[in-house]
Amino acid sequence: MIRTALLTCIDWSNMKKRGKIRYIFSFVSLAVLLAVLIFWNINAGSVSVSIGDVFRILFRREGDETARNIIWSIRLPRILAALILGGALSVSGFLLQTFFNNPIAGPFVLGISSGAKLTVALTMIFLLGKGLTAGSAVMILAAFVGSLISMGFVLLVSRKVRNMSMLVICGVMIGYICSAVTDFVVTFADDSNIVNLHNWSQGSFSGMNWNNVFLMAVVVFIALVLAFFLSKPMNAYQLGEAYARNMGVNISRFRVELILLSSVLSACVTAFAGPISFVGIAVPQLMKNLLKTAKPILVIPACFLGGAVFCLFCDLIARTVFSPTELSISSVTAVFGAPVVLYVMINRKRG
Amino acid sequence: MNRSFVYTENMTVGYDGKALIRDIRLSLEKGQILTLIGPNGAGKSTILKSIIRQLKLVDGAVFLDQKSMEKMSDKEISRKLAVVMTGRMQPELMTCEDIVGTGRYPYTGVLGILSAEDHEKVRSAMELVHAWDLKDRDFSAVSDGQRQRILLARAICQEPEVIVLDEPTSFLDIRHKLELLSILKEMVRKQHVAVLMSLHELDLAQKVSDLVICVHGDRIERCGVPEEIFTDEYIRQLYGVTAGSYNASFGCLEMEPARGKPEVFVIAGGGSGIPVFRQLQRQGIPFATGVLQENDVDYQVAKALAAKVVTERPFEEISEEHYQEAVELMRSCKKVILAVSGFGSMNRRNEELKKEAEKLGILEA
Repeated sequence: MIRTALLTCIDWSNMKKRGKIRYIFSFVSLAVLLAVLIFWNINAGSVSVSIGDVFRILFRREGDETARNIIWSIRLPRILAALILGGALSVSGFLLQTFFNNPIAGPFVLGISSGAKLTVALTMIFLLGKGLTAGSAVMILAAFVGSLISMGFVLLVSRKVRNMSMLVICGVMIGYICSAVTDFVVTFADDSNIVNLHNWSQGSFSGMNWNNVFLMAVVVFIALVLAFFLSKPMNAYQLGEAYARNMGVNISRFRVELILLSSVLSACVTAFAGPISFVGIAVPQLMKNLLKTAKPILVIPACFLGGAVFCLFCDLIARTVFSPTELSISSVTAVFGAPVVLYVMINRKRG
Repeated sequence: MNRSFVYTENMTVGYDGKALIRDIRLSLEKGQILTLIGPNGAGKSTILKSIIRQLKLVDGAVFLDQKSMEKMSDKEISRKLAVVMTGRMQPELMTCEDIVGTGRYPYTGVLGILSAEDHEKVRSAMELVHAWDLKDRDFSAVSDGQRQRILLARAICQEPEVIVLDEPTSFLDIRHKLELLSILKEMVRKQHVAVLMSLHELDLAQKVSDLVICVHGDRIERCGVPEEIFTDEYIRQLYGVTAGSYNASFGCLEMEPARGKPEVFVIAGGGSGIPVFRQLQRQGIPFATGVLQENDVDYQVAKALAAKVVTERPFEEISEEHYQEAVELMRSCKKVILAVSGFGSMNRRNEELKKEAEKLGILEA
């Protein structure tokens, strides 16, 4: 009797341990990957800087003037932007997937990024017309409004369609409409700054400055912490609305919180880097498979790290593979992200 | 206030503000099981969903522990009421233990991390429903019956005062049906939990419920103790049974009898006739039987399956009149089957019936 009790006890702690080892391993490898990619990104580029110089420039702020400039005012802000925005985008995707109970939901496929893109473009053109340049905060606000508007459309559609593929198709359509309008507006706007706008509407982490980075860090950090504190109701919500309510979740408030947070996160990304495809779907999927759990308390931090790694990696490719020509970040993320989406959809059908 | 633990006041339920079932009054004390029965689509689930606030009430109110549920916070309710619903759910990558663990949510902190004590409660709830061995299995990969038990464990974990279950036995095999209901009974008896559920199995509803509510059409047709509800006639009417019949004493269903002129006469009694009746029914052969006292167990099945039954009043010896009736009937049959193995003082005349059959040469060897 005691022996069996003891045995099950050992077995139980073993089981817990196996799970824990997996989690620790996953987070450590993500952190290592992140560190490696940060250094690689600093190191790689049209002007190559030796590893030793990188360390000297980073930690002692000495070394060659040009190299120092390149690293401190071009590469580092860009790297941090890719890190923060990549993380924000995947967390936003995970929140949306939880909300719609749909593994292929994400800010890009649901047209939320494109909605933000449209309002940002309109705001920029309007302000440029008045001879003003739009500040980062205004851009975030514009993107947030745009995100909420297209989110509103998606929600309307989702009340009518229960089918997950149909919802995504509707989202893609909303995205196309917004993109088309954006292109139209951009084409007919007459200002030299539009060139800039055009680049931005393709999606890119280039041209970040420290002010941008600081602002996005603050916004994303706050949203992230709030999202993390939603992990308990999110876990309950994964069992469906009825059970979540039964566990004491205030469903309507929770849904609003989820929508607002995912919109803020994806709006922040769109405001600074334009629409970036597939990160929001692919990374949460990969993280869930890596951790072998969908517990938000683990998946949210993992998504942030994973999204950062994914975007740093994609940005590295976008910058260096066809250097000096730069690829748009969305083309690279699509190459690596779309297969994940396909994999998920095919596997869903089978299961 | 001297009110029930759970009760409704003029509750009207429906979808999108449209009333489906009006003026529902139900009340349930702690330590009682209240069961909703009624045909498919009658609105049992709608009532349950309205009580757990998944659907908005069209009118009226539900009171839990003397408080209107509308005025209670979600958290307050979650510590008093747990649900087991039928809706399909496909949570990704959650083990059965994770699912049961969510039952502890009303008691955990902001991040929902389970304490050692919570884990212990998860474990004992899973052991109670014999599902501890499933703990590491992916919830979406277990069978429907296992799923149901896991969800019950989840509800138990929540340490509720009321459990609401929507057709909890539907996908279970007989062992697990009985087990689940025994667990509920035990919780009711030991922890004084109140159980509100809908059931399809009338026999089980009859045996397990303290109160039964019959949902039919747009209203609660009847409400009472099982003894009042479960009569052959009423159940037939409630479900609109057209083929076959329901036997309230046994709580079992009988198929439609083979109709027409009896071809076979069965001399039965004391339960010996039941397998013979069923066999004849399966083969579609109309049969007659007799003489059976109305308190004979064979009579319960015979009245549902036989084309003709010759009966005698309970505890009475077979009278000349009924004997003659049986002989008459037997003569018109092609074959006589002797099911009963012995004769006593009560069925002495049936032995004469057998001899008569032998004489006629139609008694099956």
